[in-house]
Amino acid sequence: MSYDAHFRVWRGDADGGGLVDYTVAVHEGEVVLDVIHRLQATEAADLAVRWNCKAGKCGSCSAEINGRPRLMCMTRMSSLDPDETVTVTPMRAFPVLRDLVTDVSFNYAKAREVPAFVPPPGVAPGDYRMKQEDVSRSQEFRKCIECFLCQDTCHVVRDHEENKTAFAGPRFLMRVAELDMHPLDAADGAGIDRKRTAQDEHGLGYCNITKCCTEVCPEHIKITDNALIPLKERAADRKYDPLVWLGNKIRRRGE
Amino acid sequence: MSRTARQSWDVVVVGAGGAGLRAAIEAREQGLRCAVICKSLFGKAHTVMAEGGIAASMGNVNQGDNWQVHFRDTMRGGKFLNQWRMAELHAQEAPERVWELETWGALFDRTPDGRISQRNFGGHEYPRLAHVGDRTGLELIRTLQQKIVSLQQEDHRETGDHESRLKVFQEYTVTRLLKSGDRISGAFGYERESGRFFTLEAPAVVLATGGIGKSFKVTSNSWEYTGDGHALALLAGASLINMEFVQFHPTGMVWPPSVKGILVTESVRGDGGVLRNSDGKRFMFDYVPDVFKEKYAESEAEGERWYEDPDHNRRPPELLPRDEVARAINSEVKAGRGSPHGGVFLDISSRLPAEEIRRRLPSMHHQFKELADVDITAEPMEVGPTCHYVMGGVDVDPDTAAAVGVPGLFAAGEVAGGMHGSNRLGGNSLSDLLVFGRRAGLHAARYAAGLAAADRPAVADADIEAAEAEALRPFGVEGGDPAVSHGAAENPYALHQELQQSMNDLVGIIRKGPEMSEALRRLAALRERSRRAGVEGHRQFNPGWHLALDLRNMLLVSECVARAALERTESRGGHTRDDHPAMDRQWRRVNLVCRLSEESPGSAAADSLLGLVRVARREMPPIRGDLLALFEKDELVKYLTDEELTT
Amino acid sequence: MATGTDPRTGTAPSPAPGGVHHASRAAIAARHLRTDRWWLAPAATAAGLLAFVVYSTWRAFANGDYYAAPYVSPFYSPCIAKNCVPMKDGADWGLFGSWWGLSPALLVLIFPLGFRLTCYYYRKAYYRGFWASPPACAVAEPHKKYSGETRFPLILQNVHRYFFYFAVIVAGILTYDAVLGFRNARGEWGHMGLGTLVLLANIALIWAYTLSCHSCRHIVGGRLRNFSRHPVRYRMWGWVSALNARHMQLAWASLVSVGVADFYVYLVASGAFDDPRFF
Repeated sequence: MSYDAHFRVWRGDADGGGLVDYTVAVHEGEVVLDVIHRLQATEAADLAVRWNCKAGKCGSCSAEINGRPRLMCMTRMSSLDPDETVTVTPMRAFPVLRDLVTDVSFNYAKAREVPAFVPPPGVAPGDYRMKQEDVSRSQEFRKCIECFLCQDTCHVVRDHEENKTAFAGPRFLMRVAELDMHPLDAADGAGIDRKRTAQDEHGLGYCNITKCCTEVCPEHIKITDNALIPLKERAADRKYDPLVWLGNKIRRRGE
Repeated sequence: MSRTARQSWDVVVVGAGGAGLRAAIEAREQGLRCAVICKSLFGKAHTVMAEGGIAASMGNVNQGDNWQVHFRDTMRGGKFLNQWRMAELHAQEAPERVWELETWGALFDRTPDGRISQRNFGGHEYPRLAHVGDRTGLELIRTLQQKIVSLQQEDHRETGDHESRLKVFQEYTVTRLLKSGDRISGAFGYERESGRFFTLEAPAVVLATGGIGKSFKVTSNSWEYTGDGHALALLAGASLINMEFVQFHPTGMVWPPSVKGILVTESVRGDGGVLRNSDGKRFMFDYVPDVFKEKYAESEAEGERWYEDPDHNRRPPELLPRDEVARAINSEVKAGRGSPHGGVFLDISSRLPAEEIRRRLPSMHHQFKELADVDITAEPMEVGPTCHYVMGGVDVDPDTAAAVGVPGLFAAGEVAGGMHGSNRLGGNSLSDLLVFGRRAGLHAARYAAGLAAADRPAVADADIEAAEAEALRPFGVEGGDPAVSHGAAENPYALHQELQQSMNDLVGIIRKGPEMSEALRRLAALRERSRRAGVEGHRQFNPGWHLALDLRNMLLVSECVARAALERTESRGGHTRDDHPAMDRQWRRVNLVCRLSEESPGSAAADSLLGLVRVARREMPPIRGDLLALFEKDELVKYLTDEELTT
Repeated sequence: MATGTDPRTGTAPSPAPGGVHHASRAAIAARHLRTDRWWLAPAATAAGLLAFVVYSTWRAFANGDYYAAPYVSPFYSPCIAKNCVPMKDGADWGLFGSWWGLSPALLVLIFPLGFRLTCYYYRKAYYRGFWASPPACAVAEPHKKYSGETRFPLILQNVHRYFFYFAVIVAGILTYDAVLGFRNARGEWGHMGLGTLVLLANIALIWAYTLSCHSCRHIVGGRLRNFSRHPVRYRMWGWVSALNARHMQLAWASLVSVGVADFYVYLVASGAFDDPRFF
């Protein structure tokens, strides 16, 4: 059941590089990451690749396979045509470090810009009471394994480096949604308006809901339908509801 | 002249899994500056693989639960070899540690009245595991990660710098702990991205590096589990205990090769899954040991009835303890009755309707569908034992998590030994991480804070240079440096595979004296050859180089496992001797302690590859009377010697 | 690996513009490396939408053959200009007076058009299909600059919920029209023809599409923080969510059904086809 596959793997670093051809044995039941590992163990010992659990649970081995953002450990060779060349490149939205490894620090910087969960004042540990139906929505978003494939595929930053300053990306807008839907988050009391800041500080308006984040999510989280669009609607509550707007005007005049 | 970047911190935590992050949070909350070093990206630690839950006797589902019951279950699970004080602290503090997670934003599954839901698990008397579906480990890691970010946000508001008091050095690897006299003075390592060396000066170092599974061929552990913390501690003069106890989970995937070893949850059997050999026979009925004969069904018919009426029937033998099932599968495969890929068949498809399987076991359905192209609602799975967890680890003080004999060194989580005795219960690892992670962080902080500035141990340049030379050796091999190479350069990947094969075959789930002696011979040869492990290319993100350096750790730890296993002539928990199949009460009082051999003191410190391991016996401290009183006398006689019982 | 505050990336002020060919990224000349037929979906979407635009423009301006008792074309209901053909009991309210000389369809089509134009699904469809922003996932878009829906005019997409309210009114009127279909040409109740079925199918799909709207999902319950305190709205939210999962399919199905219903009325009104009466 083994065969020789034709692989093209991007080798290089920030100064340049290109696709390098390899012919490598593939055995039954293998995934792309196995083949990359075989390359390492045989012809390319210094081929840089980031990986960890190899079971689709940690989100380390993100790359682009035949141009599509995927986890290498979850892409079975049997899903690819054995006669076709398999092209593997690093994620193309992030700065490349070496070979298949990219600098994903953008995501860690963005994570810091989202204000953390604010515990409800006066509720002691152990006294938290939340109904299952109230936590289910946020739980879906907490399935995220932070593979950053959604950040990689999102054209807002993939095709426009300059937008990285203003746009948090689907993963962290989803984090805002997660906290805004958390039944006990007390951000309001701490002067944090998550609905408004989603648009004003995290760049929700850049999202044009073209759903690529949802398409690539290996955890099958409905990022667009369940996080981004509800967040847009919540921002609309705050900013584009004429009644609220009128109320604010009147109140301001009264002051 | 040192080429190494140097920074100074109060506490350095090595490892960013559950224990490491919890320790870092604690140290920072004590007001100290804390650095965390991890081999992977922040948030990718092996803790994410934990599925079942966090054991804590909150009593949300059954009010009868309390810490005493949890303590009792833990001691039974570990066959009374547990460090009893650790088991006590663990049972007492676990609920607080879980509740605290909620205040940091964790969202556990709920009971109908809004509390944290708790589930049943093997060995736990009551429903005790707080969980989020089957991704509890991910929730734990993400919650701790986000707590760290929130502390960094606080620091940013105060100082303008997110990393002024808490910094994560991700994709850094520590290769040496540095000492001044007998005290810890810092840690040395390299940055994976650039290959540059770094030294973090710190009076206190917390090891939280996890386990050693990557020394075995079939394992549920990730690449990070190369026993770094175990080896670093040994090299720094600390000792390891209980290293002979390695838990093999009976059901790991065996096919395809890419996922060999990945866990198949125990719930498959709990929900009615049965084990069959290649003849189609439910072989577990042949493997019920005498001590369990009364508690398990004798016929398939009786086993079937148990699912409907557990009060009047005995449970099927598929639900025997993990070690029994693992041994049975092993025997079937050795007898030539295995499945095509060297396991046995685990069948749920003929037992439950497809819809029901998808509802009860969504992640297993998904895992087999995506990774093996197997539809578990239509065909059986192939499963076999997989190396899962090491009970052994750094010998620590139970209250402070301080490594015995090395001031300034602390250890928590899987890298620490004692807590689980000879066998860990499911769910007790996540609570272990939290309870002892916090304790390690707290006491490391207190230790560091207690030192006056002038009293801090200094890092010697010579130590840094020695560590640099050791780390650079794999690049020198090709050049033919005669001091290093006496033959062709060895491929580190090939060496690693040989090591894994040897450990799997010779010090695996069933052990025999002569086989382990053979393993020690092979390890010695591998150690010799690993001196010539050479790599090409440069230091920037070079996986071959990383593996060449990790080999040292795996070889050291493997030697500890093999020597201790050879020494312990009984079978207990995660240590099964074919030539000594019975449990021996005399052995219960004995810990086996591994240390670096003093036969080569100078060279062992400078060149670990010469360092041999020596195993010594040590008597365990007697269990406190009020804790012993929690058990019935009838039960204690199975474990304790008559002499212990009378005093 | 950097720890997140590395000045090279992250939120450093205004990085140099560029996409996959930005200097920091892996040097790959191709704008994308996809080997599948990624262009098929946006091309089909564009073709489908274009076909509907052409057809509906013709029909909207035609100002004729939109009423064949008892059926009225959904394009022309409600009919709110004086120049509408009289519809027995139908929604022909001459609110606009006689000065309006153009097709009365233009007065009402604004609302369903606005609803669909600002719909979260259609936005995706035309951003991808017509604007190539992006054409497909991981396929570089041709535009130099991108500001999404952050400024005029696309910021107006946020008014979707108000179009939803109008869409509910329109759907109500079309329901009324469908009920009128149970009469015969003389206005007597208790009859039914093929046209009745066409209008019923259309209104069912219109409702399904309208209620599956993301704004509806938000208004019904999505905006709540604690579902447990609003059990009725939580249940409604569950239903709308189930529909919402098929929003795309419903968007297309209802688009086709509106066109078919209109075309059916056109065929009958123009005498090209005789509506088969069942009873």
